[in-house]
Amino acid sequence: MAKPTGTTTAPDRKTLSGIPIEPVYGPEHVQGLQIPPPGEFPYTRGIHRDMYRGRLWTMRQFSGFATPEETNRRYLYLLRQGQTGLSVAFDLPTLMGYDADHAASEGEVGKCGVSISSLQDMEILFREIPLGDVTVSMTINSPAPVIWAMYLAVGEKQGVDWSRMSGTLQNDILKEYIAQKEYIYPPRPSMRLVTDVIEYSTQRVPRFNPISISGYHIREAGSTAVQELAFTLRDGIEYVDWALERGLPVDSFAPRLSFFFNSHNDFFEEIAKFRAARKIWAETMRNRYHAKDEKSWKLRTHAQTAGCSLTWQQPYNNIVRTTIQALAAVLGGTQSLHTNSLDEAYALPSEHAVTIALRTQQVMAYESGVPDAPDPLGGSYFVENLTAEVEKRANDYIRRIDEMGGMIPAIERGFPQTEIANASYEYQHSIETGEQKIVGVNAFVEQNEDPIELLQIDQSAQSHQLAKLAKLKAERDNQTVQRTLDALKRVAEGKENTMPYILDAVRAYATVGEICDAFRSVFGSYTETSVL
Amino acid sequence: MLNSSYMDRIRVLVAKPGLDGHDRGAKVIARALRDAGMEVIYTGLRQTPEMIVNAALQEDVQVIGLSILSGAHNAIVPRVMELLREKGMDDVLVTVGGIIPDEDAAELKKLGVAAVFQPGASLEEIVDFIRSSVKQTA
Repeated sequence: MAKPTGTTTAPDRKTLSGIPIEPVYGPEHVQGLQIPPPGEFPYTRGIHRDMYRGRLWTMRQFSGFATPEETNRRYLYLLRQGQTGLSVAFDLPTLMGYDADHAASEGEVGKCGVSISSLQDMEILFREIPLGDVTVSMTINSPAPVIWAMYLAVGEKQGVDWSRMSGTLQNDILKEYIAQKEYIYPPRPSMRLVTDVIEYSTQRVPRFNPISISGYHIREAGSTAVQELAFTLRDGIEYVDWALERGLPVDSFAPRLSFFFNSHNDFFEEIAKFRAARKIWAETMRNRYHAKDEKSWKLRTHAQTAGCSLTWQQPYNNIVRTTIQALAAVLGGTQSLHTNSLDEAYALPSEHAVTIALRTQQVMAYESGVPDAPDPLGGSYFVENLTAEVEKRANDYIRRIDEMGGMIPAIERGFPQTEIANASYEYQHSIETGEQKIVGVNAFVEQNEDPIELLQIDQSAQSHQLAKLAKLKAERDNQTVQRTLDALKRVAEGKENTMPYILDAVRAYATVGEICDAFRSVFGSYTETSVL
Repeated sequence: MLNSSYMDRIRVLVAKPGLDGHDRGAKVIARALRDAGMEVIYTGLRQTPEMIVNAALQEDVQVIGLSILSGAHNAIVPRVMELLREKGMDDVLVTVGGIIPDEDAAELKKLGVAAVFQPGASLEEIVDFIRSSVKQTA
């Protein structure tokens, strides 16, 4: 017997965040929605009137492995292949403020990123790379002021004026407590260091983005898109509050706040997320903070395709996943983009794999026609409705965290961490039951797969770095180093901006570990209360 | 007097050795093992092999699950196995999960690691493995 017309036989559909998807969208779903054009407040449709017609997104592949020498070679390769900005990945010891010769660094040197223990390593990293002409993003958090000081010192040595240096420092400590877990010190002293960088950058390095307020890692830890958006923007609010508390006028620093979002599988939800992000932030800056400069209202963001979606099984499928996710970020209006490599469930990218990832962006930019119309999905019944729904749900979360007294109290009571753990567990459960199909993993599985060629990082990186570090420590003026570290400790105990003192230490070739230890001795270390 | 249901519950230590802070997998597995009726202790981040083995001893666990995504497994896991041997804890089942290439997985098994769970392993597979392996050693 035929089913009556109008009956849907499709089961209920939801986005990955759990937003119900109607069987079909029409004009009734966008009634009353006011959507100004791109370049106009609240920038839902994009922060520039012309978007990619004026300038393409920056192709900025996150990269780093083994020694600074090897990573420098990869950077020069990527720039020759058409990458338009650099992005530095540091190894775990560096991220955690340990030198290559620390006991905790054993077996970890150069494995997840490039090993940087001193200014000497940074000089090698940027050999033949003119820092006045190439923008550099650095993914570093607890030791961010130290690495940034090294970057500025390399610029000095290259004869580049700081006013010409441009790039981004991740420097987003709140999301470490929430998701990435690369914290060293407790929250409040860490926020002081973050604010020191924002203040110093505002005054001395005006083209630099002193912070990249990130949702990428929150999403990788298992949050939904709505949670990713809400927690990121609420982190942003916290940083603005601290900068204002420091006495910085909002329009003096807000234009240089930048963001970093994930671009995951649920194509239309991701596009909606980027659009909602711009709207919420613009309204927050104008209405909550009374910022007057329109540059303060415009959310500028980098995006990275979702690492957690890559599979070990049938790795060539990852090229397809990355392409879809990259397209979502572009249709979402990102200013900068990293595309993952097919082999990243296994290892850091091989040269071959990262080239395909870069070509993915280039094909999208030059062959697909997608950059030619700003916010091409603007006006779509589905996308506009979904944008409004994501916005509403994110605002609900932001309000809840406001009611808790802010993000630091929320972190202290485990709120974002619990939301993430629950979302993560639910998602895994949906894979276990087969409700969520992952091609190659629980659907269309192949029994025997051919292995792929992988980038190998062996212990030689560690031995090389250890030898170099030992030589450096023997040859530098250790008295000067000690003097700068003592001065730094004194300042850390007070309220002065630490940056000039970090710069002094860095120029004397004090190491990452030595400077972070100086801070550890004053601020203490942080241990989290785990939430399952 | 300890009741029999406590005695029957398999005790598992889920540990994050080394500097790796990626705890999504370890936490999901810890929770799944708990839901499967096991007694689970999660060590938290940045544990040394010494801390892990001491915790395993104190908590009297039958299973240690190590989660490593940083590529440092070849330095960390042998050290854990060595310490377990030194302390006469050879009957503790050790499993490793994370980013472990096939060649390295084979080497770890030679050292006595009972199972290596690579990306894509299902929770069911892990629970079943532990259940059946612990019963065998009892």
